[in-house]
Amino acid sequence: MSVGEAVVRIEGRDKVTGAARYAGDIPVAGFAYGWVVQSTIARGRVSSVDDGEALARPGVLAVLHHGNAPRLGEADDATLLVLQDPRVPHLGWPVALVVATTAEEAREAAATLRIEYQVESHDAAFRAEHPRMYVPDHINPTYETETVKGDVDGALATAEVVVDATYTTPAQHNNPMEPHAAVAEWHDGRLTVHDSSQGAYAVKQALTRLFSLQPDAVRVVSEHVGGGFGNKGTARPHVVLAALGAAAVDRPVRVVLTRPQLYALTGYRTPIVQRVRLGAHRDGRLVALDHLASSQTSKVLEFTEQTALISRSMYASGALRTRHRVVALDVPTPRWMRAPGESPGSFALESAIDELAIACGVDPVELRIANEPESEPASGLPFSSRNLVACLREGARRFGWSGRDPRPALRRDGRWWRGTGVAAATYPARSNPSSASVTAEDDGRFTVRVTAADIGTGARTALTQVAADALQVPMSEVTVLIADSDFGPASVAGGSSGTASWSWAVVAACRDLLAQGAAAGTTAQANTGKAVAARPDLARHAYGAHFVEVAVDPHTGEVRVPRMLGAFAVGRIVNPLTARSQLIGGMTMGLSIALLEESTMDTRFGDFVNHDLANYHVAANADIQSIEAVFVDDPDDQLNPVGVKGLGEIGIVGATAALANAVWHATGVRHRDLPIRPDRVLNATYAV
Amino acid sequence: MTSQRIGVSTVRLVVNDEPHELEVDNRMSLLDLLRERLGATGTKKGCDHGQCGACTVLLGGRRVNSCLILAVAASGASVTTIEGVGDGTELHPLQRAFLEHDGYQCGYCTPGQICSAIAMIEEAAAGWPSAVSADVGAAKVSLDGEEIRERMSGNLCRCGAYVNIVAAIADVAGGRA
Repeated sequence: MSVGEAVVRIEGRDKVTGAARYAGDIPVAGFAYGWVVQSTIARGRVSSVDDGEALARPGVLAVLHHGNAPRLGEADDATLLVLQDPRVPHLGWPVALVVATTAEEAREAAATLRIEYQVESHDAAFRAEHPRMYVPDHINPTYETETVKGDVDGALATAEVVVDATYTTPAQHNNPMEPHAAVAEWHDGRLTVHDSSQGAYAVKQALTRLFSLQPDAVRVVSEHVGGGFGNKGTARPHVVLAALGAAAVDRPVRVVLTRPQLYALTGYRTPIVQRVRLGAHRDGRLVALDHLASSQTSKVLEFTEQTALISRSMYASGALRTRHRVVALDVPTPRWMRAPGESPGSFALESAIDELAIACGVDPVELRIANEPESEPASGLPFSSRNLVACLREGARRFGWSGRDPRPALRRDGRWWRGTGVAAATYPARSNPSSASVTAEDDGRFTVRVTAADIGTGARTALTQVAADALQVPMSEVTVLIADSDFGPASVAGGSSGTASWSWAVVAACRDLLAQGAAAGTTAQANTGKAVAARPDLARHAYGAHFVEVAVDPHTGEVRVPRMLGAFAVGRIVNPLTARSQLIGGMTMGLSIALLEESTMDTRFGDFVNHDLANYHVAANADIQSIEAVFVDDPDDQLNPVGVKGLGEIGIVGATAALANAVWHATGVRHRDLPIRPDRVLNATYAV
Repeated sequence: MTSQRIGVSTVRLVVNDEPHELEVDNRMSLLDLLRERLGATGTKKGCDHGQCGACTVLLGGRRVNSCLILAVAASGASVTTIEGVGDGTELHPLQRAFLEHDGYQCGYCTPGQICSAIAMIEEAAAGWPSAVSADVGAAKVSLDGEEIRERMSGNLCRCGAYVNIVAAIADVAGGRA
């Protein structure tokens, strides 16, 4: 058996020697460099583009803008319809592409462009009380906007204990280490693209429509991807610009976004205001849960983060209501960022649960266990498996939770005030339709092809383990080729669905090949579309519990995190080495958004002002101390053939709340606004 | 460093023990020279502003952000990139340690992390103190977890592999201490 073994990444040697090639590394012969020029206004129209000086400069091949760029066809995603009309919907919208033989020439020529605008007044100021806040038709991706069960207002009015609190989370940017890059090449009407993408097939589909091509005329490859965390989940404007540029100059064009360009062009997590109201008996058992989330979207594309989704599945409550509101502003389009919905939603819900535990005088671990539901609270569906209690118990045991004095602000250690906190986590266990093929080679080896993406998850390795077991051979006899749209449709590496979805197709193809006899030269193909659709309706979720220790210096406002421990029920663990890394990585990003991350909108200009890594702070090595992730047994035969739940996102869910709950325990001050910045700690502490 | 063409200079560099002489645009960074002119794409561009460390290489044995150095200013220097840290067939001990400890995920920051760690271990051995060194006059710094974390904080990892990166470096640095 290979599944369950701790296996060093198959591509590991390439990554530590620099041989691994990312989209911006691909040496396509004769390519030119595209430089993206962004709007400097938040709303209006481009009235003129004077490219005379740019075109006269050495090396410049073309300046594309709305007046001369090749026409695009249709798009599901209007953020991809670049250089098609003079409309400017937000600051940073692409208004030109300069193509030159070197990057230096392209960049300097871009600086000489004279672009005039007709400026219109804009509104980039998000607030929950915005008069244009509305109820969207659905929330991301296709969930209901609202759910109501029972009489929430009535139950709250008569509840023995009520928590009513508002929580805010700021805009956050994914900031994968690899900025988005693509190199596009046209040959005999066929388009080949190397793109930094979490889903080569989804990008191929988008390009096929945009350029009105036959499906077999587009190929997208993403050999290695330098992280994404959601903002490479579907095609982004850079890949369209590369293809437009290549069409215009009749040679391959590479477009690499700069770090600041990512902030307006590739997505971010919307700022969110959440009001959570809990009604409970004095012993902490819930009678009402009301969760209202307000967020922003752009005027290009409606995206509503599914922030209150978590409250539909987490705790038993006779009355339960979840609602979403959104307002369209003149701002860049928010998209997925690691655990969209559950990350901010868990900050509010799991903070509120902590506040309820304090109000009731009940241990917060026990209060959560007391509110375990028998079926999914909002839908009534049975759970395929639910091991949250095991996560809470195992995490508490390993962390040393028992005997904790619940009173706040008691533990002084020199200049540090210490405290501990807990929060629960959940994330949907999704499996999406995918296809895969496996070929028995003449030399006795096997080659698997699946349009998976390995954005750092270890997918390449996990799928090799899965395929080896399905073929009943050692891993060394299997080669898994991924991230090439020619291999057929497959799930995106998103929503923690990748390994669950791809492994299903790989197992199906391998079993079919064995059933056919696996004669050399034969290939078996599988598509799981029907099998995925045929699954019974069940509530399928992964679970986790975070335990965090903080040290707070009330005189500087500094918060340090000596210890984080997460216990997770995430189905079958294919590769414990890389699975642990993913969970720890999620927890690390959770610490980062709890304490550091905040994209600040300057509403006067509609611009995220801190648009680089010096000003948008992500956790550095010195911010992280001890982080450990452990697994609890979580068998579940209602998922997919391997029993995989996916674990790319659950590590971040609940991490911020556990940390904020620990800061309360350390200082007696409740932080309902992220990030927990030093100034907020200082002001709150001195206000006490 | 003169040339017939305006804005262009001749640069002589030794990269991974191989001498190069080439005409470069004066606006070109050392990072872009490595990537775009020499095809040494193991060195990554994460920010181009010296904020992330993905482009870390060894210049004369010391770690630098190659995006902050103009190629013309590096003429005459010797550069080691991730492609040159092993000895051809054998991996450098840090490269092996990163594999064993899973000290990466997407791998994009990894070449910079490894180059940075190589120089960092030398700095500590030479007694260079850091902000967390208790004794700034010590002849040699012992690289415990706190020292490693402090000294590696110029290399961001967005996947959040820091815990494993520290474990990998401690494995190698511990062997030297």
